[in-house]
Amino acid sequence: MTVVSENTEPQTVAAVPAKIAPRPRKPLGTRAYKVFRVAALVAVVLFLIAPLFWMLLASLKTNVDIYDTGKSFLFTPTFENYANVLQRNNYFVFIFNSFWVAFVSTALSLVLGVPAAYAMSRFTMHRSALVVLMARVIPGVSLLVPWYYVFSNLKMVGGFEVLILSHMFVALPLIVYIMMSYFDSLPLELEESAQVDGLTPIGAFRRITLPLSVAGMATAGILSFIFSWNNFMFALVLSGSKTKTLPVAIFDFVSYASIDWGGLMAAATVVTIPIMIIALFTQKYIVSGMTAGATKG
Amino acid sequence: MSVLTTPRSAQTQPPSGRKGARTPGARENFSGWANRHRKWLFAAPAMIFVGVLIVFPLGWTLYLSLTDSQGSVRAASEFVGVQNYLTVLSDVERFWPAVGRTLSFTGVALVCEVVLGMCIALLLWRPFRGEKWVRVAILLPLVATPVAVGMMWRLIFDPNIGFVNQLLGMVGIPGQPWLSGQDTALGTTIFMDVWQWTPMVVLILLAGLTSLSEEPDEAARMDGANAFQRFFFITLPLMMPTVIVAILLRGIDALKTFDILYATKGKGGGSFHEVETLNVYAYGLSFDYNQYGLSSAVLILFFMIIIGSMWLLTMRKKAVSK
Repeated sequence: MTVVSENTEPQTVAAVPAKIAPRPRKPLGTRAYKVFRVAALVAVVLFLIAPLFWMLLASLKTNVDIYDTGKSFLFTPTFENYANVLQRNNYFVFIFNSFWVAFVSTALSLVLGVPAAYAMSRFTMHRSALVVLMARVIPGVSLLVPWYYVFSNLKMVGGFEVLILSHMFVALPLIVYIMMSYFDSLPLELEESAQVDGLTPIGAFRRITLPLSVAGMATAGILSFIFSWNNFMFALVLSGSKTKTLPVAIFDFVSYASIDWGGLMAAATVVTIPIMIIALFTQKYIVSGMTAGATKG
Repeated sequence: MSVLTTPRSAQTQPPSGRKGARTPGARENFSGWANRHRKWLFAAPAMIFVGVLIVFPLGWTLYLSLTDSQGSVRAASEFVGVQNYLTVLSDVERFWPAVGRTLSFTGVALVCEVVLGMCIALLLWRPFRGEKWVRVAILLPLVATPVAVGMMWRLIFDPNIGFVNQLLGMVGIPGQPWLSGQDTALGTTIFMDVWQWTPMVVLILLAGLTSLSEEPDEAARMDGANAFQRFFFITLPLMMPTVIVAILLRGIDALKTFDILYATKGKGGGSFHEVETLNVYAYGLSFDYNQYGLSSAVLILFFMIIIGSMWLLTMRKKAVSK
């Protein structure tokens, strides 16, 4: 399958007539089916969206309103929870930490992962690829004890370096996996003709293949950024008070005796909103990344 | 910027320092060497990185599992052979229930996700108006931070103020304890997993459906097969390799689920260990109780379960791809 963005294009509303036109299909069913289909789609969308909407609503309520079941939908919205969370709990620091760790670990993983994926794809190094993909399979806890021991001896626990290293460990297999299926789909002829024209193999990779792979790298990079932003377990063990990331900060929120629901929902919204906005603008990359390699034999 | 392969840029280089070594001959040598060994030159850094971060810790975990290490990894520990494995394998209070929960969590979640995912993918298969919005709705749970998702469900499933019990109350069904109930907690976390990850299965299956050729379906239609027959006898068999890929990708992550369990029930999977899966159990042994020897034994067994189930699935996939 091609990972290229064009993949999803034919299905957008505008492209429908063009796709249908060459071979008019018999409609899948009767009127009843159409009604059923619409109803089912609405149910699916509600099922997926309603919980998020509820979280957003609760973040705009005072705690008194949250406890009042009569005010589920009708209430006076307030931004007090956000003000509390962002200012009193220093969430700007956590936001920066999350962003920085995700950004650097993604960038470094791309530098290591893209050439590796290229070599593994072009020279069909399946066993080597298996070594890298092993990192996706192994339970993280089994690595954390030795990591923690080594890194605390090196006085690195609580620093950004160790967090970035651990997140690279998540990002690298993902990038290698996505880029391998991307390079598999790029025709070999382009590089070969570039070499006939006098470029060395590495030159052909840099001048021809890399520029053609921007979409693939965007796919891999965005997904690895999201995975790093969402990562909880590694940060729970390896981050210190100065490098705490957002998921850990949210988790700490509930360790107090009684839960401040409004504040907790505001915090949960703060961590999910940035990633959802990124997702909305990069939708087709995320879809192609999630499905990379899924449909080849 | 200068490129190794252009003679033009080589001539303008200053003749000293490291770059100065790029006189035509030397450049030729380095470039030739790099090009000849590009296979390993490209692949080695990533492999060394992963290797160092995996092989050494895994070896150490294996070693720890054979010792009575506890309290601190630095503390002296004795070699006890397979004692930890015997202790773990005869532990019917924590270990075996955790194995059971891990397998039932993964199994039930996977079945729900694949069945639901296939239904939704079939709904989305043929183009329709407003498809864009449905696709956005599918994407949102997928990218949401699991810990935040856990917190969100904690509020929604709260027995007193949660929206779910409010809804049930409206139709006259008594409220359920959900996450705080000893019997309902695991099911509730499975529901959360289904909510978050069914979209991924949908995307994978949809990619598979769109890449199917239409001829077999068309031919069966000519022969008068109805929609159900066409799905079960044509589409589903053709989709089996994709379905197995979806199960494989999803299954690895489901077995290792940690975030939502720890975020909703905390240490030990709740006060009665209601949602304590192997991963949560091993994490607790390592970082809440510092029983490194025991936890390493649990982890090695856990790892074997993961590898074993992956191997079975890969075999199955090879069988259906033929």
